[in-house]
Amino acid sequence: MTAIDDRHLLDVKNVRHLYGKPGGGGQLVLDDVDLTLFDNEIVGLLGRSGSGKSTLLRSIAGLIRPTSGEVTFAGPAEGRQTTVSMVFQSFALFPWLTVLQNVEVGLEAKRTPAEERRRRALAAIDLIGLDGFENAYPKELSGGMRQRVGLARALVVDPTILLMDEPFSALDVLTAETLRTDLLDLWCEGRMGTKSILMVTHNIEEAVLMCDRILVFSSNPGRITAEIKVDLPQPRNRQHPAFRRLVDDIYARMTQRGSRDEKLNDGLFPGMGIGMVLPRVSTNTMAGLIEAVSAPPFNGKAHLPDLAAALQYEADELFPIAEILQLLRFTELEGGDLRLTADAHRYAEADVDGRKQLFRLHLNTYVPLAAHIRRVLDERKSHQAPGRRFRDELEDLMSEEEAAQTLRAVTNWARYAEAFAYDEIADVFTLDDPV
Amino acid sequence: MVFLSGERVGSHPLARFRRLGAAPSWADLIAFLVLAATAVLIVRGAGEMSEPLSRLRMTPVTLDPARLPEYALLTTLRMFAALAASLLFTFTVATLAAKSRRAELVIVPALDILQSVPILGFLTFTVTFFMGLFPGRQLGVECAAIFAIFTSQAWNMAFSFYQSLRTIPNDLDEVSRQFGFSPWRRFVRLELPFATPGLVWNVMMSMSGGWFFVVASEAITVGKTTIALPGIGSWLALSIERQDMRAVAIGVGVMAVVILLYDQLVFRPIVAWADKFRFEQTASQDRPSSWVYDLVRRVRWLRGLVGAFNWPGRLLARIDWPTPRLRLPPVRLGPGATRAIDVLWVAAAALGAIAAVWFLWTFISRTLNGHDAVVAFGYGLATLTRVVVLIALTSLIWVPIGVWIGLRPAWAERLQPIAQFLAAFPANVLFPFVVVAIVAVHADPNIWLSPLMVLGTQWYILFNVIAGASAIPSDLKEAAGIFGVRGWQWWREVALPGIFPYYVTGAITASGGSWNASIVAEAVTWGDKHLEAVGLGSYIAKATAAGDYGRVALGVAVMSIFVIAFNRALWRPMYRFAERRLRLD
Repeated sequence: MTAIDDRHLLDVKNVRHLYGKPGGGGQLVLDDVDLTLFDNEIVGLLGRSGSGKSTLLRSIAGLIRPTSGEVTFAGPAEGRQTTVSMVFQSFALFPWLTVLQNVEVGLEAKRTPAEERRRRALAAIDLIGLDGFENAYPKELSGGMRQRVGLARALVVDPTILLMDEPFSALDVLTAETLRTDLLDLWCEGRMGTKSILMVTHNIEEAVLMCDRILVFSSNPGRITAEIKVDLPQPRNRQHPAFRRLVDDIYARMTQRGSRDEKLNDGLFPGMGIGMVLPRVSTNTMAGLIEAVSAPPFNGKAHLPDLAAALQYEADELFPIAEILQLLRFTELEGGDLRLTADAHRYAEADVDGRKQLFRLHLNTYVPLAAHIRRVLDERKSHQAPGRRFRDELEDLMSEEEAAQTLRAVTNWARYAEAFAYDEIADVFTLDDPV
Repeated sequence: MVFLSGERVGSHPLARFRRLGAAPSWADLIAFLVLAATAVLIVRGAGEMSEPLSRLRMTPVTLDPARLPEYALLTTLRMFAALAASLLFTFTVATLAAKSRRAELVIVPALDILQSVPILGFLTFTVTFFMGLFPGRQLGVECAAIFAIFTSQAWNMAFSFYQSLRTIPNDLDEVSRQFGFSPWRRFVRLELPFATPGLVWNVMMSMSGGWFFVVASEAITVGKTTIALPGIGSWLALSIERQDMRAVAIGVGVMAVVILLYDQLVFRPIVAWADKFRFEQTASQDRPSSWVYDLVRRVRWLRGLVGAFNWPGRLLARIDWPTPRLRLPPVRLGPGATRAIDVLWVAAAALGAIAAVWFLWTFISRTLNGHDAVVAFGYGLATLTRVVVLIALTSLIWVPIGVWIGLRPAWAERLQPIAQFLAAFPANVLFPFVVVAIVAVHADPNIWLSPLMVLGTQWYILFNVIAGASAIPSDLKEAAGIFGVRGWQWWREVALPGIFPYYVTGAITASGGSWNASIVAEAVTWGDKHLEAVGLGSYIAKATAAGDYGRVALGVAVMSIFVIAFNRALWRPMYRFAERRLRLD
């Protein structure tokens, strides 16, 4: 790589963003984020889902106005304004327009004359390897080809900065790798015309493979916790020891418990007590993970990158499962390692009923919302409570969607544990065992 | 609207002609001829429509078959005029509702109510109103007829458009904002295409209902004024008056031809074309097909022809309307202030509604008293009984048949269009046959007039059930087969849950249509013989004929209350249940 120029393309200063009601109850997704983007570099924003990295990208794209803070672009250079363009995770193609029309859309909005538009669109299509597909509709294309259209559409407007929001995460492994390599080739050969790339990802290896600099985000609230320079020469080899070391290092950083706050396990999810926003993780998945770690070769202790590789999970898929198990005191996470607790070993050995019993005990003890629902049902004479009651309570502490997701997650765990029952049609929680 | 396909984007409108060279091509010539002919027809029709009323009296509608093509043309023109008005209404009002939260607070409930109000009952008022607007001109009556069709079409179209606008995918919204689309470009590139499939479907449903109203509204008698606009509806009214069965049969035949032509030449191509706007990233296996659409796409000169028709549209799509640069300082209101404005706004709307009710009340109570209200309500119960019994009966008949057909794809493919055609066919055209039969055998009109109410609307149940049965996934059917599920258990656990959401959709349409149809079905005539069934429909029909505005208003108000209560108490909960529990995805 050429030496990094010290020209600032973009400065993000003290950006904070609150979702939800301003004043009270809003959730802080970005807290005091600073970021500078230089000429000629690929920067990765790496973090868990919900860590605010997409929000930051959208603030830079001008799609969201952050609650406070500043996003400033460099002044015009070489007679050009600093502009941005974006590639989306879901491709975001117009299904009623052909490939060519999709690529032309941005130019059309800029009122570029038809002939120049056509010429530039065809050039971008050529660059990105889409020749022959000009008149196809997106629904006729495979995922990889669709994302190529997304790339061509973003590049054709000649942006100074290319923003990419998890551009390869909706693709299968092989396709994603091909696209990454092609993009890196274009970038290294300087054929893209873009001065810098800022990409959001949750895939650690992808970040190490592509980026010159990685900013690691913590969630709840979103902050930049680490900046990692990647000095490995391109093209990078995933098997190279230096590459592996870097990946391990980042895994460790991302599972690190904030040693500052000693609230042992509650700090992982946004919110406190019953206000904790919980992800939907199936009990089958949890059981599967416990079984996998308790069996050889892990025998109760697994290195997360190895576990992810063995189970063919991405880091972002593995983390919520590991963390729910940690909340339930079935596992402990430390420095990129996952260790089963004694109860988890008992769980792995137990039969169906034994497992349920153990799970019920842990659910009622360690998940505040489950304990809360159980207590309310116990206190009532009818042993019944409308779902509305808990939903309202949760919505005071989190957004409507998060409340629904959290309640559904806890309901499903409780159903498995036979801790309490829920009737969806009547929207009622009960203590009765379903007959 | 074909322009949105934009199949040749980037070509300047004139470039087409430049490319074709100096020699005029066949496509140009034919396009020119067809365009000219259409223009002449429209101008002629419109000219006729703006004739003074006196001329209408001098050259009344006659039963001369030679004039039937002209009548058919005029009826069709009315339909399309109303459709244009409905689209305009849809694009403005639904957009407003989707973009402004406060407008939404008022517009959505209003649309919901308007959807369930018996439109035919309003004819009295609208005819009087529009004749006052264009005194002594045929245009006033034309407007009243077109307005009647409009009121039967616009609401569900607006609803569908509104719902599409509210569900625009987030990522496409972000793309268009990131590229800085102007409001017009956003409408043309994103909102309109995304809403097209739903809108086309609703236009189709609206047009089906519309034929019924165009027939009913062409020959109107309000008090002492009787007006017969040249059209198929008037032809039928006249043949009924003259007891001319042959003329009725010819009218029915022409109507069938018109609907068939409209279906094949206009609607199927549009449905086939609209398929590409469906927001799915995967190509579906069974795409709607249309031989006209395929022909146009395959034959070069036809494609050129359509292209020639397209260019004004494409030009419109490419226009860069200047974006209003109203740089108002962003007013950030506190939550308190926003809520206060909301409360004021809702209060203003509520006041408006109360004023309307009060106005209606004083209007009705000027001539009528509480006893009349009780009578009207009693009639309402009679009609309600009819609607309930008939929907139940038709369901008993068509659900098994529909399931049988739906499970056999070969049959479904052939019979589905026929069911849709029957739904579009205006049933009131067929009334005379039934009336003659009732008169001949001296049957009790209270019973035997009732089936007329569902004559046209039962098909909605049939074609929705067919669609539902064909949508039952084959793995479910196979599982049922393997476990030996059959008989009543099969119906209870496989077929009925599978078709239920579709059935409810069909039954809602059918029952709404039946209420409306009761106004023409409960009181019918054959020459000098009048048949009448006791009910709210005949109550409104009689009051209309007598020019008794008070009773018409009362009847319409009572019927609206019945329909709305029926929807809220029965259909809404069923629909919600279907949405929540019986979705197959």
